[in-house]
Amino acid sequence: MIENKIKIINNAGLHTRPAATIVKLAAKYKCDFYINKDGLNVNGKSIIGVMTLAAEKGSEVTLTFEGEDEKEASQEIVDYFKRGFDEL
Amino acid sequence: MKHDKSNILHGLAAAPGLAIAVAHLYTKEEIKVIPEDITDIDEALNSLHQALEKSKKELRKVFDLAVDKLGENRAAIFEAQLMILDDPILIKQIEDRIRNEKKSPDFIVDDEISKYQKMMRRSSETYLKERSHDIEDIKQRIIRNIKKRKWISRIENDVNVVAPLLTPADSVLFSRVNVKGYVTDHGGLTSHAAIVARSLNIPAVVGLHDATAKIRNGDLIIVDGFHGNVIINPDSDQLNYFKERIEKLSLLDSELSALKDLPAETLDGRKIKLLANLDLQDEIDLVMQNGAEGIGLVRTEQIFQEHDIFPEEEEQFKIYKGLAEKLFPNDVTIRTLDIGGDKVLPVDVQEPNPFLGWRGVRLLLDNKNLFKKQIRAILRSSIHRNVKMMIPMIASIREIRESKKLIEECKQELRIENLQFDEEIKIGIMIEVPSAAVMAKEYADEVSFFSIGTNDLIQYLLAVDRGNDIISNLYQEFHPAVVRTLNHIITEGKSGGVEITICGEMAADLIAIPLLVGLGLDAISVSPSAIPFLKRLIRNLNYSEAKRLADECLKLRTEPEINHKLKNFYESKLLDVTKNIFN
Repeated sequence: MIENKIKIINNAGLHTRPAATIVKLAAKYKCDFYINKDGLNVNGKSIIGVMTLAAEKGSEVTLTFEGEDEKEASQEIVDYFKRGFDEL
Repeated sequence: MKHDKSNILHGLAAAPGLAIAVAHLYTKEEIKVIPEDITDIDEALNSLHQALEKSKKELRKVFDLAVDKLGENRAAIFEAQLMILDDPILIKQIEDRIRNEKKSPDFIVDDEISKYQKMMRRSSETYLKERSHDIEDIKQRIIRNIKKRKWISRIENDVNVVAPLLTPADSVLFSRVNVKGYVTDHGGLTSHAAIVARSLNIPAVVGLHDATAKIRNGDLIIVDGFHGNVIINPDSDQLNYFKERIEKLSLLDSELSALKDLPAETLDGRKIKLLANLDLQDEIDLVMQNGAEGIGLVRTEQIFQEHDIFPEEEEQFKIYKGLAEKLFPNDVTIRTLDIGGDKVLPVDVQEPNPFLGWRGVRLLLDNKNLFKKQIRAILRSSIHRNVKMMIPMIASIREIRESKKLIEECKQELRIENLQFDEEIKIGIMIEVPSAAVMAKEYADEVSFFSIGTNDLIQYLLAVDRGNDIISNLYQEFHPAVVRTLNHIITEGKSGGVEITICGEMAADLIAIPLLVGLGLDAISVSPSAIPFLKRLIRNLNYSEAKRLADECLKLRTEPEINHKLKNFYESKLLDVTKNIFN
């Protein structure tokens, strides 16, 4: 299992467009993927789940990956978070 | 027979005919979600997936067409909504719950999605609260599609459907289960559902306001589409009276069918082309049976509505070619897509005035690929040289020229691809916007034919929303401005050498026929079922008298004067011809 604590750095936060992109990225991998924020744990492969997260700029989330391709999945998705969802 | 009985409701006569049948109600109760127990789990799962598929198609249709108009934020929400319909976690959860709890799928969908919404609303972030609305939208769409499917599957044959309002798509669906008649609370005479009912030959009464409150499921009702009356649980006198009238009507039908192969020619020898409007491919046999001399208007919107997604060129080509071949050697006039923005844009970006908004040629020119696909399909169907193409909602010369430029482009492509078409295909326009009526002379230089769409022309000219039953009395076919505008279009068009057809509902109004003939129209295009009757009328008319009548009407200043004059003319010259029908 891979666990990453990461900060939301773009101005608009985790709004609908990046939520959709994250889910699409996650769908490419077999491993389980969860996003946890303030104790609320949602399945990162579920768009409706990710949309329930209120993650504004500066907030912190924990991403967990578990499964055979967890390494590749975490690299791509963590990278997307670090790029501020390409909105910097 | 007495008309003051308390079991009679009065509304607007939207489509002629009589139907005696049991009422089947579609009310708000149907929209409520209640946890019904189910026994057939496979059927429930099937129903869920069909509704998801249907919702996806609906959303994609909107998305494809409107994505440029939506703005990035709204487009993203759209995309997310589409993804929700495919959300593997959510769908699996819903399926598992249907299996375990054995409750109806609409209830489970509602309950499961609402959980997420509750979480969103609990948040202190306002944007999350708003997001809950977006989820609401998609949730309601799925539930609606599950419910509708269930409701339609419960309809038995041979009923009168009673509903608050019917969409054209509803009406088409119901026609497949042999619905006998339609009764609605809302909607005006020229609402699209009324048009569809007329073209399907199904009697309809609309604008009754409280029909769904007064009629109960299973009541026997009589729909009188001639007078706009609905009789609830008729007594034996009423029942006998209407049974007798239905018999008389079928007698008249056989009399009229004898006219099938005779021309629509006035007593003094002026020939009028009687053409059919075609909404649905299903109607084509009706067109042939009724002796139409061609199709004056193929409304292609139905093809679009029935298919959920835009049909590709090949598919359209097959449909248009089929029509052209069936009608040969008579002509088929195909109108390019005339949908309004109100049909394709999502609720929150809806235009405040869809009738003054993004519709007809405006929408087509903004979606050139879509437009070209249709142009190419129409061109390719023209190989027997009996197809014409017509552009709707023209309001400026620029729109004519841009459309023609696209048509030229398509022709050039087809030449290169070695695909055949009629090089001399006739291009025409709808005259339905007042600016086009004013400019008729100049537009006549640009095209080969005009088709006057009276429904929209009247509504734009008089600034009266034709679907609004509160002001439906202001929608006047015989307003002097309407009569003079028709005259202007016809005079200018004729001097410019274009052929002129009328294709609105006005053309099916018996009282209006002498006026329209007198104004000098070449052709009249109406619902197929109205053709035999109009033919009988025209064959009993003198053109010289009709012309004098039209000249006199052009001098009058008020609607009641014109109306009165036309009624008098009709009653003195033509009433005998129609006696059996309207009393």
